[in-house]
Amino acid sequence: MKRHLISAADLSREEAVLVLDTAAELAGVSARPIRKLPTLRGRTVVNLFYEDSTRTRTSFEAAAKRLSADVINFSARGSSVAKGESLKDTALTLEAMGADAIVVRHGASGAPHRLAGWVTGSVINAGDGTHEHPTQALLDAFTIRQRLGSPDHGASGRRGAGLDGVRATIVGDVLHSRVARSGVLLLSTLGADVTLVAPPTLIPFGVGGWPCKISYDLDAELPKSDVVMMLRVQQERMTAAYFPTVREYRRRYGLDAGRMSLLPDHAIVMHPGPMNRGVEIAAEVADSPRSTIVEQVSNGVIVRMAVLYLMLGGVEGNS
Amino acid sequence: MSNRPDSRGTASGSGTANRRGAGNDRWLIKGARVLGGVAADIRVAGGVIESVGEGLVADGATVFDADGLIVLPGLVDLHAHLREPGREDAETVETGTRAAALGGYTAVHAMANTEPVADTAGVVEQVWRLGRQAGYVDVRPVGAVTVGIGGENLAELGAMAESAARVTMFSDDGHCVSDPLLMRRALEYVKAFGGVIAQHAQEPRLTEGAQLHEGEVASRLGLAGWPSAAEEAIIARDCLLAAHTNSRLHVCHVSTAGSVEIIRWAKSKGWQVTAEVTPHHLLLTDDLAENYDTVYKVNPPLRTRDDVTALRNGLADGSIDAVATDHAPHPVEAKETEWAQAAMGMTGLETALRVVQEAMVDTGLLDWAGVADRMSVRPARIGQAAAAGHGQPIAPGSPASFTLYDPAAGRERVDPAAHASKSRNSPFAGMTLPGRVHATFLRGVPTAGDRAGDGRW
Repeated sequence: MKRHLISAADLSREEAVLVLDTAAELAGVSARPIRKLPTLRGRTVVNLFYEDSTRTRTSFEAAAKRLSADVINFSARGSSVAKGESLKDTALTLEAMGADAIVVRHGASGAPHRLAGWVTGSVINAGDGTHEHPTQALLDAFTIRQRLGSPDHGASGRRGAGLDGVRATIVGDVLHSRVARSGVLLLSTLGADVTLVAPPTLIPFGVGGWPCKISYDLDAELPKSDVVMMLRVQQERMTAAYFPTVREYRRRYGLDAGRMSLLPDHAIVMHPGPMNRGVEIAAEVADSPRSTIVEQVSNGVIVRMAVLYLMLGGVEGNS
Repeated sequence: MSNRPDSRGTASGSGTANRRGAGNDRWLIKGARVLGGVAADIRVAGGVIESVGEGLVADGATVFDADGLIVLPGLVDLHAHLREPGREDAETVETGTRAAALGGYTAVHAMANTEPVADTAGVVEQVWRLGRQAGYVDVRPVGAVTVGIGGENLAELGAMAESAARVTMFSDDGHCVSDPLLMRRALEYVKAFGGVIAQHAQEPRLTEGAQLHEGEVASRLGLAGWPSAAEEAIIARDCLLAAHTNSRLHVCHVSTAGSVEIIRWAKSKGWQVTAEVTPHHLLLTDDLAENYDTVYKVNPPLRTRDDVTALRNGLADGSIDAVATDHAPHPVEAKETEWAQAAMGMTGLETALRVVQEAMVDTGLLDWAGVADRMSVRPARIGQAAAAGHGQPIAPGSPASFTLYDPAAGRERVDPAAHASKSRNSPFAGMTLPGRVHATFLRGVPTAGDRAGDGRW
């Protein structure tokens, strides 16, 4: 594995498949009565969170603890960060504390890149600004492989398999979405055909070189989708002229029960959470059997275990 | 041999008195190729070029062997941030002008976004006086267009024009005079004293939170896009206003292919529009930001290869009049941050001529006479520094303000640690560039040079 995981583009197909296979292995541990492995005993994982994200932080925390790592939660609030300490000084402090891995969530795109230049430990990007969120993409890929790997839909769930031929449609605020950026990169690396659907205002200007197709018409894409991933519409976008009204957004890009019926029978519905029920996704859809939203959360822990295991477990301290 | 600079690569002494009037003020520059053309001797006395010709005799003058060097009129920078008063941690007039002299400059226009802002006669006179005291180049303060660069009320432009600093160029650089009515009034008002408005063209609503040129790279990096149209829209508007008011507009740091086209069109109409381009926009592109290295964060942002090509062609055909550095020093901590928090700007005074050689001369787009025109003659005219003796031909009677440059010097790596500027944020760090400034003379006084270089002094 690479020393850092900052972008989904850091992963080759082989490495990405290795993460998914390792996660599948570790899934067995989560099913045991004692859900702990000694692999990272004596290693220190720091969760450096500049943004509130209880779900992602606790997911990484659970993953590290199940591998017996020492976990330090360093949140921007209530620490020296609030007193205006620079990212560099925080990095040097964590370095001095002996952090083997720093899991960073930051509001500024590129903060993990900067951090990686100042520390010797591994940096894992847990979401940076509007850039990337690679472990989200990995857990999504894991979930897709698990769900679509059922007997009636080929053998894609097998060890070593990618997502070849899977048609994934990502819908919503792509412009500001780190989930979408990582998703496009990772899913296409694994062989999926990715389509982005959004109003043109929420498609990045320079999307031409991305390994995906672009569409403005959700209804046209749904019948051709094995996976539809709905992105959260942030509150602050709702008044910034990206679309006229929430009502119109829901009408054109929201996934309700009627639209869901356009999907093939085997298709799944994903959401990285937290959801705006009634905006991008209707309650009937979120709670339907197609929805993988709860699985995504539990798979998140497993996939992050796999990432930590592969990034830290390979060197000394591996048992 | 009494006027030699004090050490290799370092501008000489400090303070005017050390360099002016002490010892021999007569020089014989032997064998310099005038504007890169025919080699000639240049005799200097009393701060003026006395004669230019072949086989001139020393007659007691200090001899400078300039064999292989070219001589250009002293460079004139229309756009530098000397940071004083207020941000002396980044640069002072003394360090900034020393850097300028080492880069071959004899005049520098100092931008107004200091703390306090240069929006009164008092502040522009302070900057002007600091420049005189340092003595490396003529510092020509630029006055703010609006009070505090706030974009709301006109500053006392007339008072600055009539101050000892004799300000003729006004700019809110760093901010755009975005209010069209205010821009119109400013253009009209400065006609009374022959001023020019230097516009930082950036439509503010289109660039809210903007971080990097809006294109493939910014989209992939998740950095808020900085559209070309935000620059071009203001330039187009201001060209129309300059025509309507029959006044003078100067466009700062043009960075897009579209901007070049608009300016070319405005010039074809005969409107009084001039423009500048920075060395970094002639060489660097937005993909350098791939790793979020904040040294590449600048306003306007680095653009694409197509833009670089258009800017070079625009400079070559004269649509763009001048190269101006937009030298923007920042202390280390202002750059050692997340990209979005980092300060915008790059240093440039000490590398400008070398970058222009790389981008324009070695590519065959401009000869050395063209470089002299774009880096001295035209900027001197735009900034009205010509009246103070800048941008004059290398000919008898001209002030002896010139630069001796070796275009054939081996390519050397740029090392910001060795720069005279107080700041280290050079985007050319680690790059190899051709050429070398050997000496700069300001009215007959060497302000930069190396006696050791080839034992030429």
